[in-house]
Amino acid sequence: MSMTTDASTNSAAEAGKPGSGPPGSPGRRRSGSAAGTARLASALVSPTLLVLAVVVMYPILAALYQSLFVSGQRLDAQGFVVEGREFVGLGTYADILFGPAAERFWNAFWNTTFFTVVTVTLEAVLGMAMALVMHQAFRGRGLVRASVLVPWAIPTAVSALLWRWIFAPDGVANAVLGHQVLWSSQALASKIAVITAEVWKTAPFVGLLVLAGLQVISREVHEAATVDGAGAWRRFWHITLPLVKPALVVAVLFRMLDALRMFDLPFILIGQQKDSVETLSMLAFSEATNVHYGPAAAYATLLFAYVALIAFVFVKLLGADVIGEVRSQVPRRGGIRSRRGKGSAR
Amino acid sequence: MKPLRWRAASVAAIVALAVAGCGGGGGDSSASSEISGRGPITFATGKDVTGAVTQAVETWNDSHPEQRVRLIELPADGDQQRQQMVQNAQTESGAFTVLDLDNVWNAEFAANRWVVELPRKEFDFSPFLESAMKTAEYRGKLFSVPAYSDGGLLYYRKDLLGEVGAEPPTTREEMREICAEVLKLPAAEGMSCYAGQHAKYEGLTVNFAEAVHGAGGRIVDDRGQPTVDSPEALRGLETMVEGFRSGTIPRAAIAYKEQPNKRAFIGGELVFSRNWPFMWSQANADDGSSKVAGDFGVAPLPGITGKGVSSLGGHNLAISSFAENKATALDFIKFYTSKKQQRQRLVKGSLAPTRSALYDDPELREKYPYLDTLKKSIESAEPRPRVVNYGDVTLAIQDEVYAALKGDKQPRQALSDLQRRLEKLIER
Repeated sequence: MSMTTDASTNSAAEAGKPGSGPPGSPGRRRSGSAAGTARLASALVSPTLLVLAVVVMYPILAALYQSLFVSGQRLDAQGFVVEGREFVGLGTYADILFGPAAERFWNAFWNTTFFTVVTVTLEAVLGMAMALVMHQAFRGRGLVRASVLVPWAIPTAVSALLWRWIFAPDGVANAVLGHQVLWSSQALASKIAVITAEVWKTAPFVGLLVLAGLQVISREVHEAATVDGAGAWRRFWHITLPLVKPALVVAVLFRMLDALRMFDLPFILIGQQKDSVETLSMLAFSEATNVHYGPAAAYATLLFAYVALIAFVFVKLLGADVIGEVRSQVPRRGGIRSRRGKGSAR
Repeated sequence: MKPLRWRAASVAAIVALAVAGCGGGGGDSSASSEISGRGPITFATGKDVTGAVTQAVETWNDSHPEQRVRLIELPADGDQQRQQMVQNAQTESGAFTVLDLDNVWNAEFAANRWVVELPRKEFDFSPFLESAMKTAEYRGKLFSVPAYSDGGLLYYRKDLLGEVGAEPPTTREEMREICAEVLKLPAAEGMSCYAGQHAKYEGLTVNFAEAVHGAGGRIVDDRGQPTVDSPEALRGLETMVEGFRSGTIPRAAIAYKEQPNKRAFIGGELVFSRNWPFMWSQANADDGSSKVAGDFGVAPLPGITGKGVSSLGGHNLAISSFAENKATALDFIKFYTSKKQQRQRLVKGSLAPTRSALYDDPELREKYPYLDTLKKSIESAEPRPRVVNYGDVTLAIQDEVYAALKGDKQPRQALSDLQRRLEKLIER
């Protein structure tokens, strides 16, 4: 995570700051006053780095530091909690990964992973479908686009409440199914409930990002392919999908990072301490509310490491560029290919 | 590019260290256990839904212009109240002076020295309910004063029981027999026998404790040692599990908290319901929202092998260690728990008092016919385990009991696992 954050925010900062604006200029003058330029650049960037250090680095390091201690675990002879904290090093991590807390941790870990994989897959498919529909020209397109956004606009906590009423024992879901499913207590049912609510809420987000990607694909490419005799399915696989891929990959990356720290939806929809839906964030929260700050920080750190790893692997494997390049790349590629396509067709 | 990166990293590291240094300091405790100082204070309590608390604070402020009390309303949810109070204590903030604690938090707040010991000689506790007083102490010392009490009641359908000529049951076995008769009635078609609170939250701990105590067992003994691996506790848990298995308790009740339970009872779906006194006025509402208005009664909770034992609810007032003007706070607590104030809150907000005389007041009894039953319920009630890490203990209980109710674990296994977990949590 730190790598992507650094990279993205640096480039964002560079793009936004007048001083760091000409990234090409130091290259041209490298032989000359390279040292001076570097000093100037670092001076100009340092306010941003300072802010980053305070809002990004400090919490991470503080959590890491805190996870090495435990406090409030012992009572003195009068029954008062012994004050101060005790250094346990990596003891908390050992407990979590292999010790008494391992069962709960790995359960939460697999829940988190399962929710991420399933919801993001469904969202990508549904979001893609939504985008294709919204991309068509038809009457009321504006209305459809706006209404698709409604689930995304509702705060998660509120939509979790809505779905909780739907999935109540005497709720709408059971009335429609004609069968009493106990959504909040049966393991599989509660997972399905969470996935349904999550996909309902966030597929529009993917849909909108993909729609943006679709809109920059030149119409001529499709026309050319049609002239070449490609069917709709083939055009989708060989033209739409590759060209929309950069936007889709970014949408999926955002959703994955979001899903990995899923908290409010299962918390409100199903409840605390439910093995079937407990995620890593919920675990950290539950420890923190019971004043076990050391273990809570350890869970948070492990989650952070996991998210960082996933983001890193994802960026490496699929080459997701989070910022900037999407905008410049898509039209360029589309443009080049469309011109070529046109040329060969004629 | 390289030197720039490197310098940037070192800047970040230095800043982080500097900030960390600031954060780590200031650990000196400003806490004082001395009760002194007068002036304005605050009163942190849950959401004042009925307006009764606001009224009490206004009455105080009218007569104490120099020592005004500012009401701080915390969220309605108990866990969130606790969280905010714990945060207040962790940051050693003086923002909250008087804390309205759920009585199960007394031990935790006392052991962490988040609240100060109160001078017993300043109070006359003889008119207070004995069971409520138990929740105010930690290791023999007084840390809070009971302001509200609460006990579980068995709500029953007077009309249906009348038709089969039955009296309210005193044991679960009797309850099942009455149900068998009642459910044969055409008027009772589609109804279920009984429900309490069985969702996985604090209410499950309350209901489990009642089952264990009602079977003569204990969760934690007088020396603070866990004793759930006993035949009595097993009997209690098996009764709950059997209720679900036999259908005495409807399947949907595994998701019941107080409100869904209430909806089921006032919607005419249940013959018996275990709930708190708050349900009485709502079940008796004659605006059409309740199908059972006038057709129900209340009785003490039925036992399993012996007498029924309710879990003791209620709230106590305590003084934050980190606040100023503790002498004013002490006076305010005396005022707030006085007979007059408790009576007023009962009348305005139907909040159950901690002084036993109020339960015998004929005028109040006329307004709240359940008072007599409630007094019996509270007098014989048992507090939930009074342990420092109650949060951990109640979670362990909920984990194991819920697994047993869902049929994922045999009751015997659940209790021996629970015993093991509690031993680990409580040994310390």
